[in-house]
Amino acid sequence: MKGRVLVVDDDAALAEMLGIVLRGEGFEPTFVADGDKAVEVFRDSRPDLVLLDLMLPGSDGIDVCRQIRAESGVPIVMLTAKTDTVDVVLGLESGADDYIMKPFKSKELVARVRARLRRTDEPAPEMLQIGDIAIDVAGHSVKRGVETLNLTPLEFDLLVALARKPRQVFTREVLLEQVWGYRHAADTRLVNVHVQRLRAKIEKDPEHPEIVVTVRGVGYKAGTG
Amino acid sequence: MTAVSKLRQHYWITAFRRSSFGRAVIRRLPGRVKRGLRAGRRWQRRAVAQLRTRWRRSLQFRVVSTTLVLCVLVIAVLGFFLVQTIAAGLLASAEKSATAQAAGGRSTVLGLSSVLVLQPPEADSPTANAPYVAQVAARTALEQGGSAGNYLVAVHLTDSGDTSSTAVPWVAENTFSPSATVPSDLLNKVGAEQLAEKYDNQNPAAPQYEPTTLVGNNGQSLGPALAVGVPLGPYYQLYYVYPFTSEQAFLLLVQRVLVGAGLALAVLLAAIASLVTRWVVLPVRHAAQAAQRLSAGHLEERMRVLGVDDLAALATSFNEMASSLQGKLRELEELSKVQRQFVSDVSHELRTPLATIKMAADLLFESRAGLDRGPARSAELLQSQLERFETLLVDLLEISRYDAGAATLDADLVDVCDLVRGSADDAQQLAERRGGRIEFRLPATGCFAEVDRRRVERILRNILVNAVEHGEGKDVVVTTAMDNDAVAVSVRDYGVGLRPGDDQQVFERFWRADVSRARTTGGTGLGLAISLEDAHLHGGWLQAWGERGKGSVFRLTLPKIAGQELAGSPLPLGPDDTELTGGSNGTGPFPTAKITGTISRG
Repeated sequence: MKGRVLVVDDDAALAEMLGIVLRGEGFEPTFVADGDKAVEVFRDSRPDLVLLDLMLPGSDGIDVCRQIRAESGVPIVMLTAKTDTVDVVLGLESGADDYIMKPFKSKELVARVRARLRRTDEPAPEMLQIGDIAIDVAGHSVKRGVETLNLTPLEFDLLVALARKPRQVFTREVLLEQVWGYRHAADTRLVNVHVQRLRAKIEKDPEHPEIVVTVRGVGYKAGTG
Repeated sequence: MTAVSKLRQHYWITAFRRSSFGRAVIRRLPGRVKRGLRAGRRWQRRAVAQLRTRWRRSLQFRVVSTTLVLCVLVIAVLGFFLVQTIAAGLLASAEKSATAQAAGGRSTVLGLSSVLVLQPPEADSPTANAPYVAQVAARTALEQGGSAGNYLVAVHLTDSGDTSSTAVPWVAENTFSPSATVPSDLLNKVGAEQLAEKYDNQNPAAPQYEPTTLVGNNGQSLGPALAVGVPLGPYYQLYYVYPFTSEQAFLLLVQRVLVGAGLALAVLLAAIASLVTRWVVLPVRHAAQAAQRLSAGHLEERMRVLGVDDLAALATSFNEMASSLQGKLRELEELSKVQRQFVSDVSHELRTPLATIKMAADLLFESRAGLDRGPARSAELLQSQLERFETLLVDLLEISRYDAGAATLDADLVDVCDLVRGSADDAQQLAERRGGRIEFRLPATGCFAEVDRRRVERILRNILVNAVEHGEGKDVVVTTAMDNDAVAVSVRDYGVGLRPGDDQQVFERFWRADVSRARTTGGTGLGLAISLEDAHLHGGWLQAWGERGKGSVFRLTLPKIAGQELAGSPLPLGPDDTELTGGSNGTGPFPTAKITGTISRG
């Protein structure tokens, strides 16, 4: 069941190679080369993860990312050849959960895909509370009062990681390891961008966050409400 | 005494303060006065300094003050000569009219009272005694002119006549003292004339004159006057005294007018000079401002062109210069943009197929166990060379980013000692394989500086790996030190060292220390070139020292505040004394006590 990957890439050779590697690791890849058709194929195939090339013919990879994110919380991993920080941040802000820089090792790619899909094991029933936010870990739902807040799986993981240890301050590196599954230091901008996105969804006033609080010079922690 | 040296320009003050009298005076002055004097001097010095600054800075001030001073000087000189000329003219005309009047007076007196005047004075005769005769003569002379107020008359009785006790030397109006007023020079001259006179009416005695001071009866001076004397027969002399009252008044008036007009003229000229200079200086100031803004990066800055004069020409050529600069810069910017775009495109275009190749190689590499010996080895080679290819690609892109001027500094306050430890991983592993160690000499306090973490790590990794690679298995020593402005890291190895001249060449692209030597670690040949650019981007230095067989030193010096100019490095470049003498005291600015000792990992 878990393991369908939609590969959105215009480069036929790379797409085919990605297919070989993914199949070799037990995933079921689907392919689409054209950005305009990507959302359509996404709806039909209902994948568990999207591998998205940032530079696509037709609509831009960023647009595709936005459209998919608008209708689904499915994990999106971007493939990018651009090393400039602006492009990476733009991709993350448009909804990607993670990115991987070309050229990459097969193992690295597979590890990153696995990390995004690893929530297959059923978590124990657990209820968490930060401020006025109630989190049902097993049921994957976040509520403020009766209102349900719609989070992507990654945002949910981030919130749960913070909520499980309410008084602990998490550095960006620790969050990268716990939430994204990075073994060694990576791009801390991933954390910054996703914290911003999480705040936009759960804070009453994202300019003055009360639930995910910045600890200057260290990292983030769950607010006391 | 330092105050005295500062007052060198005021000689008299200095002289006074130095004299024993001056010292005594100053000692006895009350404190308040002394303070006041000091404050006064300070104020004066400040004012002088201010004036000097304005003089240096403002062309307008210079022109106006020079005009003012020169104008006052010229007017003063002209006025002086004018007054002198007018005074001389007045004197000449006064002399002329005075001598004429004296001559007229003489002939009148001689005509009317010749009987009395020409006979020798007798003391007892009622009509021939000297005072009487003199008085008659004086009155006659006074009445002759008609304008009695303008002059004074005196008659002098010469010695040659009556010597009786009743004889008086002078008869005159009682408003002045003739004996004090008429100068003795004039008396002598008239006396000589009197002796020479022949009384034949053909050769009348000529009047003599002399400027003098009119002296009143009580001896007080009544202002300058002209005294004219003429002999009156053999026994008497007739004197006229013309006070210069009206002439003086006139001269005073002239002087006042001159001073007033001169001052007004000077002020007017200064104002005109100020206006005219302003006229010239303002456009120049505008030009300076525009040039300043231009150099500050406001390339659209232009000057206003008014008319067709020299200043308009200045403005026009300034604008032309600005346009051509702007054009050139735009062209360069365009080129740089094209270059950057190209680098970005190449990056993307190369990276996509490289990603495919790499994944394929990974696949082959992992399944090499099932392959024959040849294909298996090929898969291994493919794998390792792909890594090298990728590093080379990354380095090439990095250096072309520098060439395009697209490299930006992402500076943070970072502990450089941490970076040193963190970047040593690769070098440590390599050193272990070679049987050497890396010895760290880092200060305990940490060395914080504003640096770009990624770039500094790259520099350190490069020079550390280089040191181990060329260190022939001997230890490598890493030292860090800092002073107020800079942080320095030096990496010392005791390996092959460098040939003379190589300390510059090592930083060149694709340069190899020894062409015949095989590469063992697969460096791209761009590492040190990129490191040098990285250091320069911080405003820092990366320098090398080396000697054949004695090893080498690579020293990185970075300013504590990014972009600040470096004056020096806290660490020496070259072998330090400790290794030459075997002693423990280094020559570096940091005593060994500050070095926490050897941190060795592995």
